[in-house]
Amino acid sequence: MIYLPILLPLVFALISLLLWKSARLQKWVAVGGTLVMVGVNIGLLVAVTREEVLTSQVGSWQAPFGISLVVDHLSAILLLAGSVAALASAVYSLAGIDDTRVRWGYFPLFHFLMMGVNGAFSTGDLFNLYVWFEVMLMTSFVMMVLGGERRQLEGGLKYVILNLLSSMLFLSAIGLTYHYTGALNLADLALKIQTIRPEGTILMIGVLFLAGFGIKAALFPFFFWLPASYHTPPVTITALFSGLLTKVGFYAMLRIFSLLLSEQWGYVQPVLLILAGLTMVTGVLGAAAQTDFRRLLSFHIISQIGYLLMGLALFTMESVAASIYFTVHVIFAKMALFFVAGMVQARLGSFDLRRLGGLYRSQPILGMFFLLPAMALAGLPPLSGFFAKLYLIIASLEIHRYLMVGIALAVSFLTLFSMTKIWNEVFWKPNPRSNPEQIGMVNHTSPLPASMWIPVIGLGILVILLGIFAGPCFELASQASAGIIDPQVYINSVLGGVR
Amino acid sequence: MSVLLAITAGVLFAAGLYMMLRRSLVKILVGLLLLSYAVNLLLFSSGTLTPGLPPILPSDGGLGLAASYADPVPQALILTAIVISFGLTAFAVVLLRQTYQTIGVDDLDELRNTDGLSEPDHSLDLDEEIIERCEEEECP
Repeated sequence: MIYLPILLPLVFALISLLLWKSARLQKWVAVGGTLVMVGVNIGLLVAVTREEVLTSQVGSWQAPFGISLVVDHLSAILLLAGSVAALASAVYSLAGIDDTRVRWGYFPLFHFLMMGVNGAFSTGDLFNLYVWFEVMLMTSFVMMVLGGERRQLEGGLKYVILNLLSSMLFLSAIGLTYHYTGALNLADLALKIQTIRPEGTILMIGVLFLAGFGIKAALFPFFFWLPASYHTPPVTITALFSGLLTKVGFYAMLRIFSLLLSEQWGYVQPVLLILAGLTMVTGVLGAAAQTDFRRLLSFHIISQIGYLLMGLALFTMESVAASIYFTVHVIFAKMALFFVAGMVQARLGSFDLRRLGGLYRSQPILGMFFLLPAMALAGLPPLSGFFAKLYLIIASLEIHRYLMVGIALAVSFLTLFSMTKIWNEVFWKPNPRSNPEQIGMVNHTSPLPASMWIPVIGLGILVILLGIFAGPCFELASQASAGIIDPQVYINSVLGGVR
Repeated sequence: MSVLLAITAGVLFAAGLYMMLRRSLVKILVGLLLLSYAVNLLLFSSGTLTPGLPPILPSDGGLGLAASYADPVPQALILTAIVISFGLTAFAVVLLRQTYQTIGVDDLDELRNTDGLSEPDHSLDLDEEIIERCEEEECP
């Protein structure tokens, strides 16, 4: 059961490779495959609510010596959110990916990417985490430049170089951790890391981890690769990346920091809080200056990561739970926004806000389904973003971090500002081109394909549902957070009878 | 021995970072390679070097674990890391070559088209031309 999230994408990738010649079959394998994945991950989540932590020792090697696979509440929630994101992306790519890219292996890459993401979510071993990161990065590199357009190569180059650098920092941190503890298993490490003397060494390793994961999660001083590259590939790929890749970076931070640095949180917290605040502010200010739909949304990815990090930095039961709830919300909302951007482009032929306009007249429903995730992102009730921010702010008020509350509120106000900016530019103002049909750029006759509508509507409904059922969802997130704050259950179930 | 390794790794890190800060694409690639060697050396020395000892089991063929032994784990880690960095480097080489062929420059300062506030949009010029022409000629 616990192997399925890793094995199934591998099987689907191999099937897609066998069906190399038939784009149509590959598409249906992708949709069917991700549907199966969603089912399996729901099963995993149900199993986790019953048994707390599912573990498996690969090749029956005893816990600290072999590689453990561990699925706890946090992993199960993110696995499920990730597979829903993959399903939406697979359906959208039925029409959103051109045949040339499919012919050059888009779908096998898609499945390999999911294998890497799922592996990273379910591994319990530090070095194995690095390997899954590399699987994920390698496929994302290829997906980023698939098609070989000039701008893709240029953006991809920056993406590849900075992410390789981050992998090397991560690997150095692993090497040093192993040197000082002799352990790689996360549960074993959590027990042994506190024996390191002098204590400052742990912090030094922590800094390497912070820089390595910080680049991947696009934190404040490390995020420059993201807005330089995320808007270059087709919008389906951007949406998938925005939903999964930075979130995997954040998941790794959550997992590693809570297991390794919880004793040193006095030193770690101010650093993380400052980074979180700056990430939020620079992200949203960067977005305010943009005039390209996708670049604007890319900057918002960064600003939202700031909120996630804020939840981690405060490190209370409630704040980490809020952060986990926020992660799921932002995966759905962000992907829906990117999908809408793709549909606007399909309709009006551009991503440049200055050249768009008047879409509300011809596509009122699309306008509504833009507004839903946009308002969720800004944090208006009763949508998911409101509750995510509410829980986060309550959690920080409880421990008297008033400055962070102020920053979080100001940033969500600015988010609302830039969402209304998109709304005004794309849907409300008259189209700047006097008579668009004549130029042949605009296609009003054929309706947008259903495969684009379904993910947008589905994600819109999920954003509403997450808001309406905020109570039960937050309950689940709290259980995940309990496992993060007090990892004893995690450690015991991994090490089992050994200790 | 470990001091020597530490110094070598440090020099490699410094040289790699220096090369990565250069503007030429090929030098960045060399920088990446040097950095990956530095990390591999770091992993190699992370197992605490114990020259002349066999891994885990004692050298006299007795049963049980040896009191002090050579740690085989870092070597497994390096092997994995080498394979991964080999793949990544191969991809990076192809990417750099493709970028150079498509764009025609190998100076990072000139690869800024995706960074600006808005990209130079050539289709926009064309568009306006068509609009203007349509207005002048009063086409339908």
